[in-house]
Amino acid sequence: MITHPKTEELAQAVALWIDQIRPGLDPRNAFLARVAVNVLGVVGRELAQGPAAEARAARLMAGLLGHEGSYADLNSELCAAIRAGDLTVETPGLLAALQTIARDRIAIDQPNYKAEGTPAP
Amino acid sequence: MTVDVPSSLEKLADRLGGAGARLDGAQRLSGGASMETWAFAVAGPKGREDLILRRRSAPFDPENARSVSLATEAALIRATGARGALVPPVRHLCDEADGLGEAYVMGRVEGETLGRRIVGDPRFDAVRGKLARQCGEALVPIHATPPPDGLNLKVSDAKGELDRYEEVYRATGAERPILDLAFQYLRAHLPGPVAPVLLHGDFRNGNLMFDPERGVVAVLDWELSHIGDPAEDMGWICTNSWRFGRPDRPVGGFGEYADLLAGYAAAGGRPVELSRVRFWQMLGSLRWGVMCLTMYLSWANGVEKSVERPMIGRRVSETEADLVVLLEQSL
Repeated sequence: MITHPKTEELAQAVALWIDQIRPGLDPRNAFLARVAVNVLGVVGRELAQGPAAEARAARLMAGLLGHEGSYADLNSELCAAIRAGDLTVETPGLLAALQTIARDRIAIDQPNYKAEGTPAP
Repeated sequence: MTVDVPSSLEKLADRLGGAGARLDGAQRLSGGASMETWAFAVAGPKGREDLILRRRSAPFDPENARSVSLATEAALIRATGARGALVPPVRHLCDEADGLGEAYVMGRVEGETLGRRIVGDPRFDAVRGKLARQCGEALVPIHATPPPDGLNLKVSDAKGELDRYEEVYRATGAERPILDLAFQYLRAHLPGPVAPVLLHGDFRNGNLMFDPERGVVAVLDWELSHIGDPAEDMGWICTNSWRFGRPDRPVGGFGEYADLLAGYAAAGGRPVELSRVRFWQMLGSLRWGVMCLTMYLSWANGVEKSVERPMIGRRVSETEADLVVLLEQSL
């Protein structure tokens, strides 16, 4: 991977610049600028954490399905198996695996999101 | 077509405030992906009036496939208001002469709609404990309003909603195991039949206006109104995506299930079981997940260019994080 700067640092640099000009924008564009900063946050985290999250998801799905494969293939097969009713909430290990996959995903997309079941602060 | 809203409002001032009335400030309020909201005032011989313009700004897109026209929205606000629902007065339904496209004008109600503030701002500390009960009470006159004739509102039940959202989900081409599992689970746990009623259809934090002393003061944004299971409106405000960081308070991030249900029953609503609300809450997370996918697609297809849309697409994972916990808890 290229360093000096890393790709996530490029995203971070743009986000910081948007934050600098944000106070001068009209309300609608100030709102959209905040969204844009959030987008760049996702891009940065995806670059940093995405590969490990995808590898772990593939490992967990392989465990559920009983064979190896690419992330995309395993994901398709898992969806098809659930749709067909072959896997349900009763299937041992399914919810635990999906829980881990969901946590890794939200840590990239919205790390501050307080999911269902999070206790009071 | 781009509409110069302030200059159209200038022309509308006469119609609203009488001859000689003029526009006194017009500002677009932030937020709202397909609908514009403008705050403005008209000053005329009869004095000054604070008003709100609501107009459709984006062309038709999948998110709106089931939304009603703004004329219907205005008719629903009038009909439910006549039954005692907390709604702003509709002042004017815009026509072609106004040059504002599909739009209507309503009186401005003072209050807070930002969920994060209602959930966390100390200004709401005193009233917060009453809000869940008030939300239950506020739904009763809405659900008791006979749907006005000629509006052709959609009628849907739990199975119909699941069918509809599953079809939309399949059409997106996205493959998300947790969404598939939620569809499968909810299909196996459909609630029994119930007499359908008029629903607000988008009853949640963000569409409710609160006052720090009085609590709920207005129910806004009627575009998703339809006819269905009363518990649908209750489950939607319990969906975690509208709890703004307080999942420990299941009703809107501010209250408890028991208060919502008790307020509804005490105001004359037919009592609703918690498991039924939980069903609709889970379907609410699933529905929001599918809506996030379609909002991303409206950007990917070039229908809507706002940077908001692809970012909302990444909110699917919040619904997955919620659904997987709900699936573990069961109804």
